[in-house]
Amino acid sequence: MYVADSRASAPASADGAVRPVAGRRRAAIAPTVFALGTVSLVTDVSSEMVTAVLPLYLVTGLGLSPLGFGLLDGVYNGFSALVRLVGGHLADRGGGRHKWVAGVGYGISAVCKPLLLVAHSLTPIGLVLAADRTGKGLRTAPRDALISLSSTAETRGRAFGVHRAMDTAGALLGPLVAFLILRATVDGYDAVFTVSFCVAVVGVLVLVLFVPGGRGDAVPVERPTLRGAVGLLRRRELRRITVCALLLGLATVSDSFVYLLLQRRLGVPDRWFALLPLGTAASFLLLAVVLGRLADRVGRWAVFVAGHGGLLVAYALLLTAWRGSALPYVVLALHGAFYAATDGVLMAAASDGVPEALRSSGLALVQTGQAMARFACSLLFGAAWTVWGDRAALAGAAVALAACALFSLTLRPKGTVPA
Amino acid sequence: MTVRNRVLILVSAVAVLAAIGVASVLHASARADRRDHTQAGGPRVTPGAVTLTGQGSLLFRNMAWGPHRDEVVSVPAGDPSGARTASGVKCLRFYAASGTGVCLQAVHGAVSDTYRALILDARLRTVHTYDVPGIPSRARVSPTGHFAAWTAFVGGDSYAGTNFSTRTAIVDTRSGRLIPSLEDFRIVKDGHPYRAPDANFWGVTFARDDRTFYATLATKGSTYLVQGDLRARTVTTLHADVECPSLSPDGTRIAYKKRVKGLPKDAPWHLYVLDLRTMRETPLAERRSVDDQAVWRDARTVVYALPGDYGADLYQAPADGSGAPRRITEAAVSPAYVG
Repeated sequence: MYVADSRASAPASADGAVRPVAGRRRAAIAPTVFALGTVSLVTDVSSEMVTAVLPLYLVTGLGLSPLGFGLLDGVYNGFSALVRLVGGHLADRGGGRHKWVAGVGYGISAVCKPLLLVAHSLTPIGLVLAADRTGKGLRTAPRDALISLSSTAETRGRAFGVHRAMDTAGALLGPLVAFLILRATVDGYDAVFTVSFCVAVVGVLVLVLFVPGGRGDAVPVERPTLRGAVGLLRRRELRRITVCALLLGLATVSDSFVYLLLQRRLGVPDRWFALLPLGTAASFLLLAVVLGRLADRVGRWAVFVAGHGGLLVAYALLLTAWRGSALPYVVLALHGAFYAATDGVLMAAASDGVPEALRSSGLALVQTGQAMARFACSLLFGAAWTVWGDRAALAGAAVALAACALFSLTLRPKGTVPA
Repeated sequence: MTVRNRVLILVSAVAVLAAIGVASVLHASARADRRDHTQAGGPRVTPGAVTLTGQGSLLFRNMAWGPHRDEVVSVPAGDPSGARTASGVKCLRFYAASGTGVCLQAVHGAVSDTYRALILDARLRTVHTYDVPGIPSRARVSPTGHFAAWTAFVGGDSYAGTNFSTRTAIVDTRSGRLIPSLEDFRIVKDGHPYRAPDANFWGVTFARDDRTFYATLATKGSTYLVQGDLRARTVTTLHADVECPSLSPDGTRIAYKKRVKGLPKDAPWHLYVLDLRTMRETPLAERRSVDDQAVWRDARTVVYALPGDYGADLYQAPADGSGAPRRITEAAVSPAYVG
């Protein structure tokens, strides 16, 4: 079978990875990572196609008002964070069912696309989107665990960088594909959903065919339990990383606020407003591999904290009086660099502190903690904006971010810098 | 399984899926072509001169299939289902009063659509153009023609998922000066100054004095009717649970959609009329859920759109809650009575 299946009892975490040749630090990326990157790329094309046309479909296709829908959306997002923990735990049980739990997650999301064809009112559409989020929640931690398990400790940052770059490329392509279909068909939302489904099925197939299955041959010494997963927090390294992720998450203003502030400070013309997230994504795409490699070389923790430093500079630029025409580009580049330096890098750093048998649960724990902290930050930031105004709220967030970053530096876990 | 077999399976599956995808696009594209051909039994549409100062005309966006689909058309106000005169101006939303029109339209770009608002003169020539930040929803012109307003749904942030907000702009059609967002106005809620980042406005309707307007304010999950003052730049809450207000010609009543408890979440609105002096609410005879900003045909009748076979149809109902709703024409949306 595939590379990883042919191994007997390989040493820790090198499934499918090509071992670095002695004397050369640059190791290749495991085929599994490229396979998972392809799955993510294809799946993101599929899901972002739908995300891009959904508002238009609700308003002009179905004649619904999408207001009030946002309220339901917050509930689903909270639910998704919990599902992530469940997915992480299920994947670890039975000695690494990562591939199959991730597959179910991708499958659920794929099935949701044709369901959009038959859901014509807000409630069923809301349920379909909730199912879609559930699929996303289920698959994220097992997928990241697979990436982590198929790379060596020396190449993990790079492996996550490659994966995140491919993922983001899909997210950028999706809206473009959707738009081309709408252009060719006039109101062809059904065609968009059908094509989105076909693309999602391709993603599931690539996963099933080209991502090596769990380690069914090797019976794990300890069967992972929920208690074991929670007990991970007793490990000092993981606890430190989780605490840092939480603290920094608490000072990370949500993307929509950043775009809104950018528009308010600069008077970005309305017609460009929808393009601001593309700037962040493009910067993320270009820098993910570079910063992932840097993280392998100089230490994941350093890059992770430096990424927050970049965000801090972006906040500071938004607070200054400088209104040059380059400002939006600089802020969006820094915003994307922040994601490139933190999203995959955090997973790589967290991997070092979690035993293989509990890798998926451990990563889920860190991800959920970070997501909840960011959600709390959104609420706090909104409240601060109400009471003190946008500028003061951003200044507060910048101070908090600086404090959390400094504190994180003192907590810097050992062993995250490869020798 | 060998790598060769896996690749073979994937390639054949991709071929089948690609065929399905292409078929669905072709099917949708063929349907789009059909829409460019006049449907049998549909209203007769002929191109001609359309003005905003005609005698007793009803203007709306024509949704009937054919070469003039989406154009602003004119029919005699007394014969709304009669032959339509097409103006050649395509709008998603439209409104007009006293020789001024507002047309919200899509601009098809290379990689995405953008939206803009046109201020039109009495002969439908463009006077001013403004960017609209999202999908257009509501459009209004003041009875004097001196002000126009529009609301757009703003989204486009993929990280925020399906979260939407609205942006409502008002423009002085004489000077061209734009108020890009009502969110810059001071809010007085229940007698106290109020600030919230989640304040959303939509559905402006103007009074005759060129100073007062009404709109919907949504914040913290509730909606309010607000009375706005263009000179003082304030909005003051008057009444709860009012969306898309429409001021009667005599300025005493407001027709609006009200979210009624116990109705399904996806069809929650009934049309009501609020008397501004007594604050008494009267439900109209329309029992279906209406998601539109109604217009007053005269002091006794309101007109609104409901979903129909070709997008939307126009209906009318008595403003005092009596009688029954009646369909006045098919395949039409965004009505405006002029002249």
